[in-house]
Amino acid sequence: MESILISLSGGLLQALEPLNLFMIILGCTVGLFVGAMPGLGSVNGVAILLPITFLVPPTAAIIFLAAVYYGAMYGGAISSITLGIPGASTAVATVFDGRPLAMSGKADQALTAAAIASFIGGTISVILFTLFAPPLAEFALKFGPPEEFALMVLAFATFIGLGGDDIPKTMFSILIGLVLATVGLDIISGKPRLIFFDVPGFLHGINFLVLAIGIYGIGEMLWTLETTGGKVIVHKVKLTWSGFMTNVRSVRVYIKSTTLGSILGYFVGTLPAAGATPASLMSYGLAKTFSKDPDSFGKGNIAGVAAPEAANNAASTGSMLPMITLGIPGSPTTAILLGGMIIWGLRPGPLLFSENPDFVWGLIGSLYVANLFTVLINLAFIPVFVRVLTLPFTVLAPIIFVLCIVGGFAPTQTMHDVWLMLLFGIVGYLMRKLNYPVAPAVLAIVLGPLAERSLRQSLLSSQGDVLIFVERPISAMCIAIAVALMLYPLFLAWRKRRRSGSTNGGPEGSDA
Amino acid sequence: MTVRQAEFMMAIATILISLGLMWSSTDGLAIGWVSEKGPGSGFWPFWLSLGMLMCAILTLVRWALRLTPESRSTESYMSRDAVIIVGTSVGALVALLIGIHLIGIYLALVGFLIFYLKIVGRHQWPITIMLSGGGPVFIFALFEWGLKIPLPKAVTEEWFYPIYDVMYGSDHFWVFILAAFALLATISIAVHRLLPAGEE
Repeated sequence: MESILISLSGGLLQALEPLNLFMIILGCTVGLFVGAMPGLGSVNGVAILLPITFLVPPTAAIIFLAAVYYGAMYGGAISSITLGIPGASTAVATVFDGRPLAMSGKADQALTAAAIASFIGGTISVILFTLFAPPLAEFALKFGPPEEFALMVLAFATFIGLGGDDIPKTMFSILIGLVLATVGLDIISGKPRLIFFDVPGFLHGINFLVLAIGIYGIGEMLWTLETTGGKVIVHKVKLTWSGFMTNVRSVRVYIKSTTLGSILGYFVGTLPAAGATPASLMSYGLAKTFSKDPDSFGKGNIAGVAAPEAANNAASTGSMLPMITLGIPGSPTTAILLGGMIIWGLRPGPLLFSENPDFVWGLIGSLYVANLFTVLINLAFIPVFVRVLTLPFTVLAPIIFVLCIVGGFAPTQTMHDVWLMLLFGIVGYLMRKLNYPVAPAVLAIVLGPLAERSLRQSLLSSQGDVLIFVERPISAMCIAIAVALMLYPLFLAWRKRRRSGSTNGGPEGSDA
Repeated sequence: MTVRQAEFMMAIATILISLGLMWSSTDGLAIGWVSEKGPGSGFWPFWLSLGMLMCAILTLVRWALRLTPESRSTESYMSRDAVIIVGTSVGALVALLIGIHLIGIYLALVGFLIFYLKIVGRHQWPITIMLSGGGPVFIFALFEWGLKIPLPKAVTEEWFYPIYDVMYGSDHFWVFILAAFALLATISIAVHRLLPAGEE
């Protein structure tokens, strides 16, 4: 405990260094903007901005990106409340009560509640993070290749069991991500693999950013252009100081559901497939269940804004726990951060705590500082963000496209990758329209090389005996949970079929 | 094209992609156990591609049995409006990339931004000029000056020689950061001023 406090104070001091502090403030501001813009969420912001962070040292870069992630969670609420459309999928639940509040002229109350709840969620989760991360990392030091591989199988199994998307399509998405990661030179034998049509550009492999920017930059913009047609309508917000103080005092009305939502959000956030969106929806449901007046939810209950906002912030911190301690990202956004760490020459996983303590504790310290700054910037600049939302989408879209094109070129500096990125963007958009989930593919392309290496090392050490994965207790447990998760949808389908009898027996469970 | 037809075509496409990946994985690579060396280079991609094929076939079977919501939907896969806006954007992006190869990234960016802002967005000339002029300058400052990543300039390479002289003469991180953000601030303020109320 004492060692944690010492490391933490070191991390806080590091976060307050001029460059890092500047990065936090910049990141929070950019994140708020990214989160507030419909069509852009934390994952889009982080994917598009990652190439630009090569400007600064790795610690400052991850601090910036973590602040963007954080800010985006706050920012999502701004458009949910003022526009009635979620700024990011993570803020969907905020619309349910945020919109009715704005319609009845209480937009300022909803915005303040969202910001304060986000702050509470962020604070609770970052404290939980500080307490859980070091012991978990120490435990994970015992992991060998079989445990690593089993853990990755478990991470992918969460998509199948909890993702809620069509299962064959989810599995296809995972597998294609893993296969695309093998393109290029084989790390073990050095042989070139999957060099399609002998195009030399494939020899250096497919950088995960090419897929991530393609899908979350280009693909997302095409998707948003289609759904919004480029037009949005904004709700007026008036903010006064006295009104603000009244709103702050009303925090006791929703403090209980906010705390509950924060803890729930944190733990849901650590699961790779779950993350901030389901966490906020679950938190909303929980707040409604435990409320004395559940009927007022959906008609403008302030707790209905606070609970999901606390949960999505807590989940974003939660998703960093497996990334930092195990090297397994807890969300698509952290998958991109993880890929970034590999580019910066860091090896994600339990060794990070002992090998790069400055990096880890600098990041943790920055989460505390970022949380504070985001709530301040958010409250101070709500009118500015609302103004920004009035930008027509046809101004924003070309700017994002340009950033994607240049950002796709930057990591490898070949036009080959830019063309590939455009292709991934278009294909990703077309597949998303048919409900193929895209997040598993991005997670898979980041984890692919690590998964393959740990599998081959394991099999080599066991002389080809696959039982190695079930003979070791930790990996056996991971595999067992993974198998249970994969069978869970089948169980749901079976139960549903039994309940509905023979009248309507389609295996709909997999689509639930 | 209905969603049902699109689902069928995507299933066929994913089957073909899987087969292609399986075939590539066997191209001169061992997909089984190599004695002393463990699993061959093609082992991992081959068996994963086989898994992809299984999933794609399963999707096709579910399509045939009308089990997925997409395979029952008779709605249009892409509305006329969607085809227009998405098609124009994709077309403009392809033209931008071809432009980068032919006339360099900066001229191509100017062309792309003017097209998108003026013709697609129907914005006023001042804001169009402001963004299509300021955008490439900002990109230059950020990538070439800040990140030291030379972007492809094709035939316009020579135009930049005088700028390189200035650039590599002075090199200070904070100067760059301030310059970049001053520019960004100017552009954003200008954009806000110039956007007429009717466009909001």
